[in-house]
Amino acid sequence: MSAPLRAVLWRILQTVPVVFGVVVISFVLTRALPGDPAVYFAGAMADAQSIEEVRVALGLDQPLWRQFFLYVGDLLQGDLGNSISTGQPVLTDLAMRLPASLELTLTALLLACAIAIPLGVLAAVRQGSWVDHLCRVLVTAGVSLPTFFTGILLIYVFYYLLGIAPSPLGRLDFIYFEPPRVTGFYLIDSLIDGDPETFFAALRQLILPATTLALFTLAPIARMTRASMLTALSSDYIRTARAAGLSGAMVLFGYAFRNALLPVVTTLGMVFSFVLGANVLVEKVFAWPGIGSYAVEALVVSDYAAIQGFVLAMALLFVFLNLVIDLSYTLIDPRIRFAAK
Amino acid sequence: MTTANPISVPSQGGLWAHLIYVLRDNPVTLLSFGLFAFFIGSALFGPYLVPYDPLATNSAIALQPPNFSHWFGTDNLGRDVFSRVIVATRLDLSISIAAVALSFVIGSVLGAIAGYWGGWLDAVLNRVFDTIMAFPLFVLAMGIVAALGNTIENIVYATAIINIPFYARLVRAEVNIRRESGFALAARLSGNSHWRVLAFHIFPNALPPMMVQVSLNLGWAILNAAGLSFIGLGVRPPEPEWGIMVAQGADFVVSGHWWVALFPGLWLMLAVFTFNLMGDGLRDIVDPRRRT
Repeated sequence: MSAPLRAVLWRILQTVPVVFGVVVISFVLTRALPGDPAVYFAGAMADAQSIEEVRVALGLDQPLWRQFFLYVGDLLQGDLGNSISTGQPVLTDLAMRLPASLELTLTALLLACAIAIPLGVLAAVRQGSWVDHLCRVLVTAGVSLPTFFTGILLIYVFYYLLGIAPSPLGRLDFIYFEPPRVTGFYLIDSLIDGDPETFFAALRQLILPATTLALFTLAPIARMTRASMLTALSSDYIRTARAAGLSGAMVLFGYAFRNALLPVVTTLGMVFSFVLGANVLVEKVFAWPGIGSYAVEALVVSDYAAIQGFVLAMALLFVFLNLVIDLSYTLIDPRIRFAAK
Repeated sequence: MTTANPISVPSQGGLWAHLIYVLRDNPVTLLSFGLFAFFIGSALFGPYLVPYDPLATNSAIALQPPNFSHWFGTDNLGRDVFSRVIVATRLDLSISIAAVALSFVIGSVLGAIAGYWGGWLDAVLNRVFDTIMAFPLFVLAMGIVAALGNTIENIVYATAIINIPFYARLVRAEVNIRRESGFALAARLSGNSHWRVLAFHIFPNALPPMMVQVSLNLGWAILNAAGLSFIGLGVRPPEPEWGIMVAQGADFVVSGHWWVALFPGLWLMLAVFTFNLMGDGLRDIVDPRRRT
């Protein structure tokens, strides 16, 4: 087996204990519910006998380790329980709403990377210039700004004062029809449907929440890009490359930037953790119909199955994203391939 | 977060001179200490100094823009926003300080044990921390509060739990590199017990980087707690708290009543900003090499 392939397989294997741990914690969270889960799931009209029936049906009369196996068995079948507020299986609800969250998160991440990486590189190349100071201000302000507050400020300025943003209610204005569902991403679906009007309508709705999330996200990326670019630029191989007479652009992008990119890719893992959390807040501010606002609605009515399903889904998504980052890292960095046994 | 070695400070006078040198070099740090004092002052004395009762409603003056008698305006129930913002400082700071203190203590103990004795305990603890970090932390906090019950104490516990891995890892690294060092072995040889060596000889070396972490974490803990109450967890409505005030003000922003959400949001931002600046400043004092 080739070395890169083995490194990739090894990395995939390493996620198994993490996923197991995540499942254990989410099991503990479901069993730590205040009061008796059987009473809760039986509903308000239940008498002692129907509570007992629910207890047996849910396997709550079994010892804890058997309950855990039952729980894992349910998970493997994709059964996260039923949501009380929507009356549907939680998995169906989450699958319905996940594309909305992903569309928002990925747009925000792309936007953040598109701004933060050039900004960080420029700040490192022209250290002490106005770009560097701008970078520093953005970085410090970005980590201090509560996302929900940024969102509200943007709504006030662009919706109320300037009137150029559409009303902050969901993914599409009432006058448009949803594009036929293919991927669930409105931007992509409307293009597949060949409907530019809906595409731009969806884009207009997306801009403000994505900017809010991106403002929060770009701070750690810009900070890391600047720092690792500075390290790369001051290292010996850059001096050698310059001494050998290579052009400035070649040194900067061919040597320094490629090496500086590795720590940035690693930081993305931590950034994802913040983004997925901030996503919940942004979705609430903009009434965005994703899984974050689903969880917030569930919290209001104490819909525990929905909340736990959401937490588990987010954790698995995060583990998956980290896996993707690490795999791309393995592919970018030739040293890791040889280091992996 | 970092394995930065604390600098060895030759004497107290040296530290003092170094402190003054760093503060003169970086006035922003001085500013952050000033702001910190302001927030502590608001938390301690704010409730006795504010001009209005933060809970008193008066529908006759609802939604007034900022003016001379109501500096930050009034909200939809006619409550004075300025009084509410200042009074809220105590609750917000208490939640975050309590949470950070809890995670500091628990994280230090677990990290020190793992770093000093190693072995299976170390392996198990590492796995547990890995698993906690495998969750998006804000989402895990939501899940914990939802499971334990919707109270302010549970906000504190949830925020503490998601912060523990950062402290434990830091202490573990700092203790581990000094476990076999000369001064620790000498202390053992002169008859100190393992616990004594760990607590009084090795652990104090981890304190300087821990202080930086505490300051950075306080800002993050405030953001976290305010975020949780923004989505309706923990703090109950009439109680003044920055996150929930922003949430209530959000409904009025679309109709142009910006002051109800702006001022609590601004105060929240300023508090987080203060702790972040202070953390950076403390890092300069503790570890000159990482100065940017």
